[in-house]
Amino acid sequence: MRIPGKGLVAGAASVSFSFDGRHYMGLEGDTLASALLANDVHLMGRSFKYHRPRGVLSAGSEEPNALVTIGTGANREPNMRATVQEIFEGLQASSQNRWPSLDLDVMAVNDLAAPFFGAGFYYKTFMWPAAFWEKLYEPMIRRAAGLGALSGQGDDDRYEKAYAFCDLLVIGAGPAGLMAALTAGRAGADVILADEDSRMGGRLLAETYEVDGQPGAEWVETVLAELRGMENVRLMSRTSVTGAYDQGTYAALEKVSHHRARSGNAPLECFWRIAAKRAVLAGGSIERPIAFRNNDRPGIITAGAVRAYLNRWGVAPGQRVTVFANNDQAHRTAQDLQAAGVHIAAVVDSRHDAPQSGDYPIYRGAQVCDAGGRKRIESITLRTPGGEEKIQTDCLAMSGGWNPNVHLTCHLNGRPVWREEIASFVPVDGMVPGLIAAGSSNGAFSTAACLREGVAAANRALEELGRKAVDVALPDAEDDPYRLSQLWAVPGKGRAWLDFQNDVTVKDVKQAAVENFRSVEHMKRYTTQGMATDQGKNSNVGALAVLADATGRGISETGTTTFRPPFSPVSIGAMGAGAEGKGFKPERFTTSHNASAERSAPTIEAGLWHRPSYFPKAGETTWLESCNREVTMVREAVGVCDVSTLGKIDIQGPDAGKLLDFAYTNMFSTLKLGRVRYGLMLREDGTVMDDGTTARLGENHYVMTTTTAAAGEVMKHLEFITQALRPEWDVRFTSVTEQWAQFAVAGPKARDLLNGVLDTPIDDASMPYMSCGPVSVGGVQGRLFRISFSGEHAYEIAVPSRYGDAMFRELVSRAEALQGGPYGMEALNVLRIEKGFITHAEIHGRTTAFDVGMQGMVSKKKDCIGKPMSTRPGLMEADRERLVGLKPVTSGEQLTAGAHLFNTGDPAVREKDQGYVTSVGHSPTLGHMIALGFLKRGPERYGEKIRLVDHMRGVETECEVVNPVFFDPEGGRLRG
Amino acid sequence: MVELKAKSPLDGHAPTTIGSVSLSEMDLGAMTSVAPWNGQGDALSAAMETAHGVGFPAPGQALFSGDVRAVWFGRGMALLTGVAPDAGLSEHAALTDQSDAWAAVRLDGAGAEDVLARLVPVDLRAAQFGPGATARTELAHMAASVTRLEDGAFLVMVFRSMAQTLLHDLKSAMEAVAARG
Repeated sequence: MRIPGKGLVAGAASVSFSFDGRHYMGLEGDTLASALLANDVHLMGRSFKYHRPRGVLSAGSEEPNALVTIGTGANREPNMRATVQEIFEGLQASSQNRWPSLDLDVMAVNDLAAPFFGAGFYYKTFMWPAAFWEKLYEPMIRRAAGLGALSGQGDDDRYEKAYAFCDLLVIGAGPAGLMAALTAGRAGADVILADEDSRMGGRLLAETYEVDGQPGAEWVETVLAELRGMENVRLMSRTSVTGAYDQGTYAALEKVSHHRARSGNAPLECFWRIAAKRAVLAGGSIERPIAFRNNDRPGIITAGAVRAYLNRWGVAPGQRVTVFANNDQAHRTAQDLQAAGVHIAAVVDSRHDAPQSGDYPIYRGAQVCDAGGRKRIESITLRTPGGEEKIQTDCLAMSGGWNPNVHLTCHLNGRPVWREEIASFVPVDGMVPGLIAAGSSNGAFSTAACLREGVAAANRALEELGRKAVDVALPDAEDDPYRLSQLWAVPGKGRAWLDFQNDVTVKDVKQAAVENFRSVEHMKRYTTQGMATDQGKNSNVGALAVLADATGRGISETGTTTFRPPFSPVSIGAMGAGAEGKGFKPERFTTSHNASAERSAPTIEAGLWHRPSYFPKAGETTWLESCNREVTMVREAVGVCDVSTLGKIDIQGPDAGKLLDFAYTNMFSTLKLGRVRYGLMLREDGTVMDDGTTARLGENHYVMTTTTAAAGEVMKHLEFITQALRPEWDVRFTSVTEQWAQFAVAGPKARDLLNGVLDTPIDDASMPYMSCGPVSVGGVQGRLFRISFSGEHAYEIAVPSRYGDAMFRELVSRAEALQGGPYGMEALNVLRIEKGFITHAEIHGRTTAFDVGMQGMVSKKKDCIGKPMSTRPGLMEADRERLVGLKPVTSGEQLTAGAHLFNTGDPAVREKDQGYVTSVGHSPTLGHMIALGFLKRGPERYGEKIRLVDHMRGVETECEVVNPVFFDPEGGRLRG
Repeated sequence: MVELKAKSPLDGHAPTTIGSVSLSEMDLGAMTSVAPWNGQGDALSAAMETAHGVGFPAPGQALFSGDVRAVWFGRGMALLTGVAPDAGLSEHAALTDQSDAWAAVRLDGAGAEDVLARLVPVDLRAAQFGPGATARTELAHMAASVTRLEDGAFLVMVFRSMAQTLLHDLKSAMEAVAARG
């Protein structure tokens, strides 16, 4: 019920929204919870396990009960807390975990069967037969229990991630946080003030306290106005700091668009990483419930939350309110409500010395032991020394004291300490380096103490940062002592709820102790207490107090469970922002990409690069047709292929030759100027790392090429050598992969084609096989390398990347005039298999130079990386699986990569494995499939028959073992 | 004789303004990586100063002289832009032409810091990262160079092949910043 003229939202514009299909009106500034309470809707959800009717317990982010689904369709969001969700015009909310409706939930039958469903029920019951757990029991249980569900569709909301930096991060904008921010702001420090609420002010918005002679909320506005005027202060509302990490890094979730209808490009949420030199935790505290029978009935709300609904939102959650507390502060609920004209039926205080706080019946030394009503509280039963008594009420405000929000201080594995006089865990200084707790999160519960601690914390941070402390006048504020006596659970029959969200009762915790789950961590896991989305914010301390009692230990000795990030739920979408779809990794395009796309060439990915797979021609219906044509085109005429993606590393300096000799197995310092040599590189452990060619461009100048995939790895390898192993060498290198667009021109007509574009024609004398040199193309200075990965008379021509597009188009159109054209990765692969050239399919990280038939390339005259380790026993045994070629005995039969090899007559089982296939292709040149693979004693077995078995694809083919060089083994065509 | 037409990394992508932030391709002219030989740092810096008006920058530093810039580019390396390097520099350093290797974008306007704060994990606030500051860092998974230019705008460079991803990521961040108003 809304009280006209009451609250900070008084006079705000009307907003219409719906809950479970019914339309309601609220006010701008309302949360869904306050708006529903204003409409006398108390039943907002069903509990997790027993489907008990539930209403709001709190007025903040700790809410365990009032979880709703917001929105519809693909981007509907489950488990949103009604106490946090702001209403906006057209908001659609619906309840969860009920069928067919919130009002009539047939699963509530679970509640009647409760005696069977206590802690440990599932573990003990569904043990047999074991296989049934995963297939039957678990799905069944999951269907019956649970919270909201995702839509099952892709989430098309936008999320973002961002970084922020500051001198001082102030977490929480209540009295302590505001004073901390004000102090640091006035001192000129860069301040971020983050607060999870939509409106800053913390408890000052929920209380009737005066600060500096002004109503609290007005004082807040004065401070905020000053903070807004400071360029060095950044105010972040709706931003929950969710984790403390190493070196002053904090995670924070900013809700950017939850409070309004979706529109435009604004993200729904932003996940911040804030690097702060110092931080002040002014995160406030959470009021704890008291466990008694049926203390989960809708209408039973924490006392502070009732004051928040009344003083901030002008809502009285009942017309005949009772209060049940163990502390002075909760009496304010009765005072505030009475002042607003609400009838107070009774104040029940467990203490015999409770104050006479107002003109209403006060029951001292009494406890509420039961609540009547089901979907809304109707009465309470209270137990006094004189007996039991029933009181009619439609709202019970309860308070068992306050728990400081110590969570963030514990994220680096620190543990809070118990302070008996306030019956709370409080942080220990230094648990998170650089983080200072202040205000009620530090156990200071009066407004004056919060203001004072905020200033002190900021000044301490300023001094630690080498700045001068600032003298900030402390405003006048209430400084009432925090008086309470401990009360955790009211003894009695029936179920008294501790963890509302996971349906854990006092009995469950006691049962855990009985079954010897006495450690608080074991109790937690046995009962699931604290394991729901509220992470036990409302129940942890209560549960461990009950456990302490049941095990005869003190609370301090029992200790807390581990606090882990996030403090409040963070959507996966926010943490993964920017990485969905193509955002997962950058795309690298060659300069010829557009020209290839214009020819409808599909691309394949090689690392981050997108390369053309093949270039389909009219009439070709399969990739194989195109591939066969392109292979034949290269063998008979000329083909053009973009090879810019191969790594190119420019190496210069007097010691460049030494570096190459050390990195490669073979000698490069002896390479003549203007010549190119193929090289092999080993890892430290002696296996092959990469291969490629290196050209000598000048006396002290080389350019190394790597495979596309290993370009970064080779750079890293060279960095390691020059930084860690041979720092004295005078050699410098840098990647020039992106500087040059490089194209293979391969085929019998390659030189004819090139001579059409080169300003000065070449011939065998000026450009023999494995030579290189500068060339000019239409005045553009390029580089020409006579190297071949196809076995044909071939070149690679490089021009500065700005000319790449033009160069590719020019080469392709000239190739076409010579019955040639472009070729893609498929044809490139077949061409190299025909020649027995290896790729990373063969040098896959487990093969040695010996295995790939290149032991002869490991120079005996010098040392190189990996050489000593390559001589370890077992790495050069004749019996190893070594590179061979394979062809089907019956032409037309299939070979598959990944298949394994077995001797004829042996069963195709692991124990009989003789080797495996790494690369296959259909050779149009030879008219059958060919393969490369590794076979035990391979090179000794040419001519033998072997069984190829692909268990996965169900292929079996009899093969002949052959030399891996299928085509032109003499290499006559290369030298052409 | 063939005639090869040059294309810039962003291939004529028109300058774009979203909200308060403008993005445009930047032509830095010649780009050369300069890596001093052992013990040649000071001599190189002096030679660069004489020939081009900018010395060899300290880590995190970018030096400007008109259109000529020397941007720290990683361990023992600077990128000299806007001028073909004086031949004499090769006595003191390895010089490598990188004029075509990098896509360069200028990001300008009141919200530019906010846009980059969504992509770059480095403190780019003016007080910490003013004109003449530079960083080699990550920009949405890409190895990037970010520099605050003499007029306060940002120069962002990534590998040429990643120009399209850079454009996409910058525009998305610009839209998100603009949408917050």
